Amino acid sequence: MAAKTLKIDGRQVSAAEDTTVLDAAAEAGIRIPTLCHLEGVYDAGACRLCLVEVAGTAKLLPACTTLVAEGMEVVTQSDRLRRYRRMTLELLLAERNHVCAVCVANGHCELQSLASEHGIDHVRYDYRFPRWGVDATHPRFGLDHNRCILCTRCVRVCWHIEGAGTKNVAGRGAKSFIIDDLNQPWGDSESCTSCGKCVLACPTGALFDRGSTVGEMERDRTKLEFIVNAREKKQWIVSE
Amino acid sequence: MEGTMQGDDLAAIAEKHQGSRRKYCLRTCMSAGCMSSRADAIKKGLDAEVKAQGLEGEVEVRRVGCMGFCGLGPLVGLDGMKEREILFEHVTPEDAPAIIRAVQAKDHGLQVADPDHPFFSKQMRVVRANGGIIDPERIEDYVAANGYRALYHVLTDIRPAEVVEEITRSGLRGRGGAGFPTGLKWGTVAKSPGARKFVVCNGDEGDPGAYMDRSILESDPHLVLEGMAIAAYAVGADQGFLYVRAEYPLAISRLQTAIRQAKQLGLLGGGIFETPFTFNVDIRIGAGAFVCGEETALMASVEGRRGTPRPRPPFPAERGLWGCPTLINNVETFANIVPIINRGAAWYAGIGTERSKGTKVFALTGKVQNNGLIEVPMGITLRQIVEEMGGGAIGGAKVKAVQTGGPSGGCIPAEYLDTSVDYESLTKLGSIMGSGGMVVMDDSTNMVEIARFYMDFCRDESCGKCIPCRAGTVQMFELLEKILSRKATARDIAMLEELCDLVKHTSLCGLGQTAPNPVLSTLRFFRNEYTELLQPEPAGECAASGQ
Amino acid sequence: MDRLRIATAWFGGCAGCHMSFLDLDEFLIELAGKADLVFSPVIDVKEYPENVDVCLVEGAICNHDNLELLHRIRKRTKVLVSFGDCAVTGNVPAIRNQLGPRNVENVLQCAYIDNAQDNPRLPRSEGIVPELLERVRPVHEIVPVEVFLPGCPPSAGKIKELLERVLAGLPPRVDGDEPRFG
Repeated sequence: MAAKTLKIDGRQVSAAEDTTVLDAAAEAGIRIPTLCHLEGVYDAGACRLCLVEVAGTAKLLPACTTLVAEGMEVVTQSDRLRRYRRMTLELLLAERNHVCAVCVANGHCELQSLASEHGIDHVRYDYRFPRWGVDATHPRFGLDHNRCILCTRCVRVCWHIEGAGTKNVAGRGAKSFIIDDLNQPWGDSESCTSCGKCVLACPTGALFDRGSTVGEMERDRTKLEFIVNAREKKQWIVSE
Repeated sequence: MEGTMQGDDLAAIAEKHQGSRRKYCLRTCMSAGCMSSRADAIKKGLDAEVKAQGLEGEVEVRRVGCMGFCGLGPLVGLDGMKEREILFEHVTPEDAPAIIRAVQAKDHGLQVADPDHPFFSKQMRVVRANGGIIDPERIEDYVAANGYRALYHVLTDIRPAEVVEEITRSGLRGRGGAGFPTGLKWGTVAKSPGARKFVVCNGDEGDPGAYMDRSILESDPHLVLEGMAIAAYAVGADQGFLYVRAEYPLAISRLQTAIRQAKQLGLLGGGIFETPFTFNVDIRIGAGAFVCGEETALMASVEGRRGTPRPRPPFPAERGLWGCPTLINNVETFANIVPIINRGAAWYAGIGTERSKGTKVFALTGKVQNNGLIEVPMGITLRQIVEEMGGGAIGGAKVKAVQTGGPSGGCIPAEYLDTSVDYESLTKLGSIMGSGGMVVMDDSTNMVEIARFYMDFCRDESCGKCIPCRAGTVQMFELLEKILSRKATARDIAMLEELCDLVKHTSLCGLGQTAPNPVLSTLRFFRNEYTELLQPEPAGECAASGQ
Repeated sequence: MDRLRIATAWFGGCAGCHMSFLDLDEFLIELAGKADLVFSPVIDVKEYPENVDVCLVEGAICNHDNLELLHRIRKRTKVLVSFGDCAVTGNVPAIRNQLGPRNVENVLQCAYIDNAQDNPRLPRSEGIVPELLERVRPVHEIVPVEVFLPGCPPSAGKIKELLERVLAGLPPRVDGDEPRFG
């Protein structure tokens, strides 16, 4: 496979030709913020946090779905990108009911830590305070729509790693929400194998192990990578 | 029971059909607009009256598609009179006896439209040539109007690459909104490697007030099918999909009829005109999501998945339906193909401006005297459309602005009415050509309310996949509400503009990327209407009530 | 230099932010040496005074009493600090907003009628029990705010950093750690 040479934030980087800009940057130790990206499943390009500037293109491109090209010049940090990322995070914080103080994922939440990283000390948009419920019908797991950011990681792991196809999205716009099967209680789902991969994948406190209380939902994402490596590369590597 | 067809057979069908014509023809508009004003009862009444008077041998009552001047509907046209056609307006089922009196050249006392009215005379009918003339549910009518000759010609005389070249030379650009050169798109699909290729017709017309595509599908479905077949031949596809929204039941039923008839005559299916070319078309009915007009969302929907867009590249031309190279064009784009093949790229390229060729169909609506569907050459000015054809604003009011491009477009103020209607000029004014919605606004219109209307539409129609569009449109709508309720300050306008910038530049698909346009264009041209509604900025002490 | 006039206020919140303030330990003594605490739930002053340099406002704005005092504070204070998650985001007190326009009615019904053990009745006393607002709001949605100090509660270290800057006559802000909700 041919290698490509490109510049990311002024640094010379080389990457295999089918590599995404996100992976090439990560390999070079350059971290681009993401929320919907999850190692092991295909990318949705939905959260728009990984947008980067590419010389010669007026449009901002999502690093997770843009492939490297020879001579490409990528900028991952600029005032403009930082402003956009900050606003996008603010929009998410105002969209549903993210009450960090009483959340199972407090301290282990990707939305919370990205907001912190981006210096968000308050949200300028009006909080929407929508009314969403909690699905606590499954014996082991719960789904709190109030904390969902619709990244669809759970949907993608359910379809593409577990293969059960239980989770999906219903509705549209701000009224979209995660469903099980044909929008029935999770506990009644016949396709769900209770594998818990969706819970491992969730970046916030939306999906949780029942019985966990504030700050207790820590997730071990390496398990997902382990399964993907095992299946696709036939490598059974247990990371430390 | 598919037949095989040769060129001579087309002529035979046409000839036989001509022979069945009567001296007089009463063309009754049976498009969705006139149908909602009892056009079916009008046709029944006319049929009964003809029978009662024993005039079956002389008078044909024909179901036809849209005649365009919808504001005057229901319309009935009378051909075969000594002088010129008569166009009856605002017809009711009770008018049947009077209309038959008119056929007999007797006094009828009905309201008639002036065929020399600029609304008609300024039009140039290329894609709508058959609209209001042929019966959309009879393939013989279409064949008699020279139908399927273009397909016969390309299949028997021209190589696929030459078809692409012809379309490229015509200068045709996509009529769905963005104006991408059609020939270039066809060429890309033709050159993309793939065991199988698809052709898709995008009939998911969804802009508020726009009904050009519906009218074309209802009035002349074979024109679109023939255009798709020619495209399939040019790019090497054997299967087409017509994606039509469920809210267009009449268009769907006429397309179903058209496909069935074309199959029966061997104009769709295997070995068309005894060539190796095979082409089938299936209809896919959209469930009413605006975003499915976006090509990647449309493809997901055709495949049976949730209709949400995905990042491009890869473009559909390389990886479309089920990963195969796919050509997606809009209804009106396909409707332009047959005229271009029949009359030549040079003829087509002679119409319009330097970079915008041919004609464009617009749905002229809003606070304008004459509303309806018009087809005009590119390069005509907005003033000619709004003032001459449209007759200006209703009741002597002043035209304030013209909105083009629906929720993706902008409001062009009256002082720019002399702008030429072409892709570049409209874009320069912060609007877009769009699919053809044209809404006229008079001086009683509140432009902030207009912006709110379109933002409400976008927040409702956002698919919810990407954050800026899903959550940004909601916050922009709330800010517009706040401004309209006179609770906003200059800081809110700044926040609104900042959100416009975000949503425009970071959204995943065209819906989000253009959603801020109605706000941006009204802020650009009618900023005072926003600032008049503002409150002073609170300093140390705040005026907000907290309620 | 005049002694700094500091105030704290307590709106809809659990007082945890004030606890964190008291966690300043010996710095409180240093602070008392350089500044006067002119209004606070921990001192007995009824009326919010004029010319306050810094006021730490804890809690979300939940009722008419909160609203009135907040406006007075804003008018009489140079640097208003939105202090803790309830003030900054609405946090737990704002959860009732999810119940929609009739949330006040619903919340009172639930607390004082449905779950009352005995004598179910709504607290009502004209001019004494303040009426709840239709919607609980963070402080900056009502008045301009100079400094945001999120956290549930904000750490004593952050409070100290802010007050030290103010005491030193530097622009009031918090550097150091990244801000964090929760």
